[in-house]
Amino acid sequence: MDLTHYILLGAQTLFTPTNILFCFIGVLMGTLVGVLPGLGPTAAIALLLPNTFHVSPVSAIIMLAGIYYGAMYGGSTTSILVNIPGEAASVITCLDGYQMALKGRAGPALGIAAFGSFIAGTISVLGLMLVAPPLAKFALAFGPAEYFSLMLMGIVILIYLAAGSMLKALMMGIFGLLIGTIGMDAISGTQRLTFGILELCDGVGLIPAIMGLFGVAEVIANVEQAIRTDVITTKVKNLLPNLQDWKDSFWPIIRGSFLGFFIGVLPGPAPVISSFSSYAIEKKLSKTPEKFGTGMIQGVAGPESANNAATGGAFIPLFTLGIPANSVIAVLLGAFMIHGIQPGPMLISKYPDLFWGTIMSMYLGNAMLLILNLPLIGLWVQVLKVPYPILFPLILLFCLVGVFSLNFSQVEVALMIGFGVFGYLARKFKFEMAPLVLALVIGPMMENNLRLSLIISQGSPWVFIKHPISAAFIFITLALLISPVVPWIGRRRKKLQEKVEGEKV
Amino acid sequence: MQKWKWMFGAFAVFSMLTLNAGAQDFPKGSINYWNPFNPGGEVDIAARAMQPYLEKNLGVPIVVNYFPGAGGALCWSKLAAAKPDGYTVGGFSIPHIILQPMFMKDVAFKTEDFVIVSIVEYTPIGLAVKKDFKVNTVREFIEYAKANPGKISCGGVGKFSGHHFATLQFMKLTGTNLNYATFTGTSQVQTAILGGHIDASFTNSTLLVTSRDQIKVLAVGSPERMPQLPDVPTFKELDLEFYPRIARGVMVPKAVPREIQVRLEKAFLDTTSKPEFKVKMEQGGFVPQVMGIADSHKYLEAETKLLNKLIQDYNLLQPTK
Repeated sequence: MDLTHYILLGAQTLFTPTNILFCFIGVLMGTLVGVLPGLGPTAAIALLLPNTFHVSPVSAIIMLAGIYYGAMYGGSTTSILVNIPGEAASVITCLDGYQMALKGRAGPALGIAAFGSFIAGTISVLGLMLVAPPLAKFALAFGPAEYFSLMLMGIVILIYLAAGSMLKALMMGIFGLLIGTIGMDAISGTQRLTFGILELCDGVGLIPAIMGLFGVAEVIANVEQAIRTDVITTKVKNLLPNLQDWKDSFWPIIRGSFLGFFIGVLPGPAPVISSFSSYAIEKKLSKTPEKFGTGMIQGVAGPESANNAATGGAFIPLFTLGIPANSVIAVLLGAFMIHGIQPGPMLISKYPDLFWGTIMSMYLGNAMLLILNLPLIGLWVQVLKVPYPILFPLILLFCLVGVFSLNFSQVEVALMIGFGVFGYLARKFKFEMAPLVLALVIGPMMENNLRLSLIISQGSPWVFIKHPISAAFIFITLALLISPVVPWIGRRRKKLQEKVEGEKV
Repeated sequence: MQKWKWMFGAFAVFSMLTLNAGAQDFPKGSINYWNPFNPGGEVDIAARAMQPYLEKNLGVPIVVNYFPGAGGALCWSKLAAAKPDGYTVGGFSIPHIILQPMFMKDVAFKTEDFVIVSIVEYTPIGLAVKKDFKVNTVREFIEYAKANPGKISCGGVGKFSGHHFATLQFMKLTGTNLNYATFTGTSQVQTAILGGHIDASFTNSTLLVTSRDQIKVLAVGSPERMPQLPDVPTFKELDLEFYPRIARGVMVPKAVPREIQVRLEKAFLDTTSKPEFKVKMEQGGFVPQVMGIADSHKYLEAETKLLNKLIQDYNLLQPTK
């Protein structure tokens, strides 16, 4: 069967009133959480997950995916107008976006961010559509040994790319793996670290952990900071960028799209890394690098395109291998399971309507977002005016209700609060959350695959080296772990970090 | 502010749905159907096939939840402690629920903790090898296994499960030694055998039927040849007297009031006796059953006796060397 057939199948799945509605709700929610500080897409998806129990899996996935890429659009709005990134991937947009707004060019900045996001979103959906199905066929070559090595590499890449100290990231990753061992052993049925608490039988729940680490902790951390709310409202006009803006932005958008897509495929916080990388590349390629930070449209167009493209790329490991590349995708993985869909190499062939329906919904969703974000920009600015003393308790309340409604378990509520306090403290001491969450999700999968590989190989650890694909992953892992010890590379990594951190401020 | 209104509404509806009342007007809210294995496995396929009929019959939503792990023991340990109000029902597999409390130390349930509402289907267990494996018949398989003791990796779901027991029984019968690899669900076994990561598997007829072109099915454990697999011999034809199978259905904690048990039984019997449901299940490689509480428990008793005899006769739990 050919591509057109599948595209038609996807369109057929998508163009029902219900699915269009869910797509719309998804992108709307996404824009909202993108605009609102203190609530990122991860927590939002976790929060809304229980409400999708009664709808069909396709509608649910369409909506949840919409939140993810929708948040990337919304995030830019606050960066440009208030100099507060709505979520982490838009940090870099503050640099030139806010400067443009100060110069009275908020309109073109918002416009190019939305258009860039739209173009990049479309390019990455095209990439996903073309790359994922052939890759899924190849994915059957992945056995337990390959899965284990790939996941090991995933965690190590995430640790290597951590913004702060690599040692701290490593600690968080290992802590996540340890938490992942709580529960009944999936092979022999032995209880581990459950202390007779029934809720811990199947491990620490992902959703309470994520709501704690990203919802509760974020709110506590935000309450501390006095956030300026002087929104630039009067000057938002002329949303359409002029011809010169387009000329300046065209190549940054294209470069950002491809860069974002490829970074997205790799494990890690892709939208964040890709937006930083795109900014760095644009600055390097520019004839006037000294002007960056004073309101260059390239500094908005590139990163905003890159972070959007990264979301499409991040779906590839999910659809082909069933491996989450970052914490948002990890929650989506949970959504698949809740809706009775086993993610993995068989997903695309077993549920073509789901895969192609979701792909088509991303086209539609990107178009909806363009409309939501350009003419309705005033509405989002109004949302920003909700006073934080009202907003933050509401977010906390919804986290509490959301977690409780999941399994009606007080233990899970307690877990969420525990993770919230832990997350807040960890943030204070500059420990990163991402390695912990990823390790928590893939830890049990890693353990299972490790043990299966060893059972099949009859105890020989060489199985990881004997399989060529697995050996390549192990080699990269080792190289990444050893590199900081080698002085020359260690220095370069540090330089890169200083550069990134310098730009953050 | 749209978002908060919308979410508040959703939560209000959700919490109202889950308010429960007494037995006389059961069911009033959604029923959670706990699945002890991964999505896409047999319990799941049957549950999804029954879901629309059950929802119509009971007039409430059926929500399928997954608690895979430890060959089902994890889910059943939780189910034994669940609130016995009929709003939580669980899929089960026989022989797992008989064997696990006998042999697994940490399992927090006993077979008697539950009342089986209905047995819905069973699947004979057959032997399959990966497509490029050297053997083409059971005879050749046994010869190869004897020449390479412990070298053939043989995947199955869980320990002290139907697959594990079938593998042990086969090893005893034929004097071979296979390397049993434990997976958490049939769908994972399927991926592993299609990808050639395990050599062989004693697995459900459902997988044998749906993947028959991508693997080599050597024999099946039904008493007669399966109509869905007309070319595959039975073990009996090959002089191996052995009929491994897994029966599945739905059960509730024992303390669920009798009238609620009966109401659920009726819903399941009405569903499983529908001809279109039978056809759907047969296409998927199942052998559909229509069994109520009494019939199911008769089956459970008969199976328990048979298993105890097997365990003694073959001294099954001593490792083969």
